[in-house]
Amino acid sequence: MQVNFKLNGTPVVVDVEPRMHLADCLRDELRQTGTHLGCEHGACGACTVIVDGAAVRACLMLAVQVEGSSIVTVEGLSTEEALTPLQTAFRKHHALQCGFCTPGMLTTAHALLTDEPDADGDRIRAVLSGNLCRCTGYIPIVDAVLDARAAYRKSDKR
Amino acid sequence: MKPAPFEYQAPATLREAVDLLASDPEAMVIAGGQSLMPLLALRLATPSLLIDLRRVPGLDAIAIDDSGIRLGARVRWRDIEDDRRLETAHPLLRETIAQVAHYQIRNRGTVGGSLAHADPAAELPGIAVTCDAELTLVGVAGTRMVRAGDFFTGPLTTVRQHDEIITELHLPFWPSGRRWAFREFAQRRGDFSLAGIALFYGEDQEGRVANAHVGVIGACDRPQRLMEVEALLNGRFIDEGLIREAAETSARTVDPPEDLHVPAAYRRALVATLIERGLRSAAQHRSA
Repeated sequence: MQVNFKLNGTPVVVDVEPRMHLADCLRDELRQTGTHLGCEHGACGACTVIVDGAAVRACLMLAVQVEGSSIVTVEGLSTEEALTPLQTAFRKHHALQCGFCTPGMLTTAHALLTDEPDADGDRIRAVLSGNLCRCTGYIPIVDAVLDARAAYRKSDKR
Repeated sequence: MKPAPFEYQAPATLREAVDLLASDPEAMVIAGGQSLMPLLALRLATPSLLIDLRRVPGLDAIAIDDSGIRLGARVRWRDIEDDRRLETAHPLLRETIAQVAHYQIRNRGTVGGSLAHADPAAELPGIAVTCDAELTLVGVAGTRMVRAGDFFTGPLTTVRQHDEIITELHLPFWPSGRRWAFREFAQRRGDFSLAGIALFYGEDQEGRVANAHVGVIGACDRPQRLMEVEALLNGRFIDEGLIREAAETSARTVDPPEDLHVPAAYRRALVATLIERGLRSAAQHRSA
């Protein structure tokens, strides 16, 4: 089936089998491999992308269901030249080791702070509980997200 | 973790969706897909055709009036969480739904999907049964209403006929001044709970319990009300003695599954503890 959607601002057209989930479509059809696939049944959160402003698990959505939607993946968060304040905070706080969960952490935290730039530590921990990390123990990740809030508050006021 | 092949259609009307469903005995309905997609990935479900409700109009509203609350089948957990009217219109619903699954799943998971999937530990079916809610089902033969207490017949099993689509859940009006609580326990945040309880009651002029409703999830093969506990509470004043009696009665009356997570005796004890905590908390808080 042919599906039309916007990927990181650019209109794309793909021809996929109905059974292909969105994460495979992004990775295998569109070669956007920033979105990582861990469990492929909605348990790990690694494949989180932002569909029409809402963080969703790309393995729990069929590619054919995103017809007409606007999708942001980790590739769409920053430009080639510079890291975003959220990415900078991850670097500063050593919020990653192997990096496998990082794209999902970044997209989830980006969606959260865009909607709730004042999210407190409890809220951040509750939201990130849907993303598994096996390296860092979460503390530096939560610290990084807390640190990045200032930048989202600023962009709010523009 | 790749689903078996299937056809896909996204009809523009409910009528078309029902007709498609009726035309193929192996067809299934998808909305948010947060229960169905894992089943497809694990090939526990292998439909020939998926009928997506995303284009069907009129299924995504939360309507509140004197008769209660109508939740369209495609209302998402996030919509319930974001609707500030529900803080007074149905605080039990709002508090309970805030504990469903994780952030990303809450952006997709729907009312109709949870009811149709009928996991015995799912929160919304528990609230529907506890509150005496009614489901609206539309099939080839027309529309029918089913009480939530009659809808669930076992794990992942309901009285829904193959050609029927759930369109709405109606929760009866929530009067002010009710006392209520929801408690559940999961090994990790966002996981299905090992067991949970929902309860509410009114009070007569002297403060005795009236119209107690007590429901459990995860502790039986389907969400259930505990009539014995309700009968015990009605007409009495809540005190520590009654709370303990209610907890013991609840442990005796549930029929918990024995599974790889915990033994049945653990779930009985857990239900008793949750009932105890729920009743204690309800006695301290009253809804506006």
